[in-house]
Amino acid sequence: MAAKNFVVGVFDDEAVLFPAVKKVRAAGYKIHDVYTPFPVHGLDHAMGLRETSLHTAGFIYGITGTTTALSFMSWVFTSDWPMNIGGKPHFPLPAFIPITFELTVLFSAVGMVLTFCYLCQIAPFVKKHIFHPRQTDDKFVMAIEVTAKSSAEDVKNFLASVGAQEINEQRAETGWWLGRFDREDRLFSEQPAPLNA
Amino acid sequence: MHLKYESTLREPLVDGVKDYHKVTEDIIGPIEAKPGKLWYVGFFISLSLLAFGVFSVTWEVYYGTGVWNLNKTIGWGWDITNFVWWVGIGHAGTLISAILLLFRQGWRTGVNRAAEAMTIFAVMCAGQFPIFHMGRVWMAFFVLPYPNTRGPLWVNFNSPLLWDVFAISTYFTVSLLFWYSGLIPDFATVRDRAKTKLRKLLYGIASFGWTGSTKHWQRHEALSLVLAGLSTPLVLSVHTIVSFDFATSVIPGWHTTIFPPYFVAGAIFSGFAMVQTLLIITRKILHLEDYITIGHMEAMNKVIVLTGSIVGCAYLTELFMAWYGGVQYEFDTFYKYRAAGPLGWSYWIMMTCNVITPQVFWFRKMRRNVMVTFIMSIIVNIGMWFERFVIICTSLYRDYLPSSWSYYRPSWPEVGFYMGTFGLFFTCYFLFAKYFPVIAVAEIKHVLKTSGESFKDKMQKYETEDADKFAHDVAHAH
Repeated sequence: MAAKNFVVGVFDDEAVLFPAVKKVRAAGYKIHDVYTPFPVHGLDHAMGLRETSLHTAGFIYGITGTTTALSFMSWVFTSDWPMNIGGKPHFPLPAFIPITFELTVLFSAVGMVLTFCYLCQIAPFVKKHIFHPRQTDDKFVMAIEVTAKSSAEDVKNFLASVGAQEINEQRAETGWWLGRFDREDRLFSEQPAPLNA
Repeated sequence: MHLKYESTLREPLVDGVKDYHKVTEDIIGPIEAKPGKLWYVGFFISLSLLAFGVFSVTWEVYYGTGVWNLNKTIGWGWDITNFVWWVGIGHAGTLISAILLLFRQGWRTGVNRAAEAMTIFAVMCAGQFPIFHMGRVWMAFFVLPYPNTRGPLWVNFNSPLLWDVFAISTYFTVSLLFWYSGLIPDFATVRDRAKTKLRKLLYGIASFGWTGSTKHWQRHEALSLVLAGLSTPLVLSVHTIVSFDFATSVIPGWHTTIFPPYFVAGAIFSGFAMVQTLLIITRKILHLEDYITIGHMEAMNKVIVLTGSIVGCAYLTELFMAWYGGVQYEFDTFYKYRAAGPLGWSYWIMMTCNVITPQVFWFRKMRRNVMVTFIMSIIVNIGMWFERFVIICTSLYRDYLPSSWSYYRPSWPEVGFYMGTFGLFFTCYFLFAKYFPVIAVAEIKHVLKTSGESFKDKMQKYETEDADKFAHDVAHAH
């Protein structure tokens, strides 16, 4: 990932944020992201994001669990070591149901959480740029990328006109890096080249 | 439009005049402050209980399960009683967070975080009992179906005891994931507010680099909903499977098809009672009365009286079937050895605590009384402990042969083990209450503008408005 220039608008209220998002998009500016302290329903649609497919992934993990459990227990009891347990059949399907169910849930839940972390690129020791320290508290923060076609001044003025309370410019890394939140990191791409290079 | 209208007749979920920042201050504030004296006292009592538990268990492992007062007739005693009791308590958290999420019960937001934490700690405690009951605990991994050098000889997939292994471990894992995925955004809130370096570092690690991006929230919502959907049948399955440990055997008093629903209702009953015990203290000490309101407690008391009555019905059904079924052994177990006989007193403690006393919650005044709720929550948990004791011991102590009839009282390592799990539970809970956001901050903010007291007043003007006009205005707001 590379560092990019952003104009950051900070909003106090989601009721102001919604129309602002619409206007910014209509004006043709590129919204990098909107950071909110809690899930604001409908914001994803207002920003034109598509629905997540995480559910589908969960379903696939679930049926993987079902098949794993059923096929493994069947293989053990009918082929690998058919054992006489109280004269019961070697393929007691009803007795397999509890473990099959549990593994379905287990695979689905673990798989989905890992997929969630992968998609959002979050993990312990991962660090990302925080545009505003109160974006996880009470502020709604809109980051607009400054492209070759737009000027920072224009974006700033526009944000002020749609009701942003606080506006500033930031140069920030868009991806993640390994880092600690108690230290200011200098981005690798920003570091001066060594003298003897 | 995000602004949803909620009738002013509905009790607010958040009392007082709040904005988003105030919510953060109220809930995250205690994490940043030094804990009070009471916290230290409680924490060290818990730690010493835990230490005594570790000592008792070490004693048991060193000398063998013979140090417990189990005998040939009574092979399951306090250990399995405590196991079922703790697992039962561990049902309320996921019930609140999963089933109530699917039913769109707004009041769950105030209590779900602490209830889920309680669930996880209770399941941790529960797991100790079957593991140490094995005796040679260093071979506990034999219950896992791994390729081994003994054949490989696999585990018995037909056995309810093995189903338990899968059920409890799945339940623990899924509850933990559900809980932690909800904690990530709140940890990020603590991280971004942190004034000290250490706090920034630790909560930075714990928050996984969460930023609050809209796309991430969208996925987070999807994840919570699907995990809730998965956990709902899971909660029901876990105690069903625990009840199979008994129901699939041929012991009179255990061999009954009523067990799964009866156990699940009992689990929810005791789980909610434990949530009440903990939250009444937590809200008082951390000054969270605005978030865990009397309304929340009343809602939980309604669940308690409902599930308590289901349990009561099950007790009566058992008694009826023991008579109507016409099986001599079944009849004797219920009428001679449970309701009467040397252990009869435990049956009547169970009946009083679980069926009779919770009926006070039919009265609104009682449901909304903090002291009554607190005392009742403890009575219910005593009752539910005795329920498991009655099911296990009074079915076993009168064997088929009168020569093997026996009596049972626990030895000190059994009592110590039980006390140790209290130590474990409360040590974890004290740490949780100090270092974790005990209320889901993001979720409270999400419902604040529809269900907060100060915002509900603004809804007053809509009360007189025509419903069609309101719907039209909302649809065309921007």
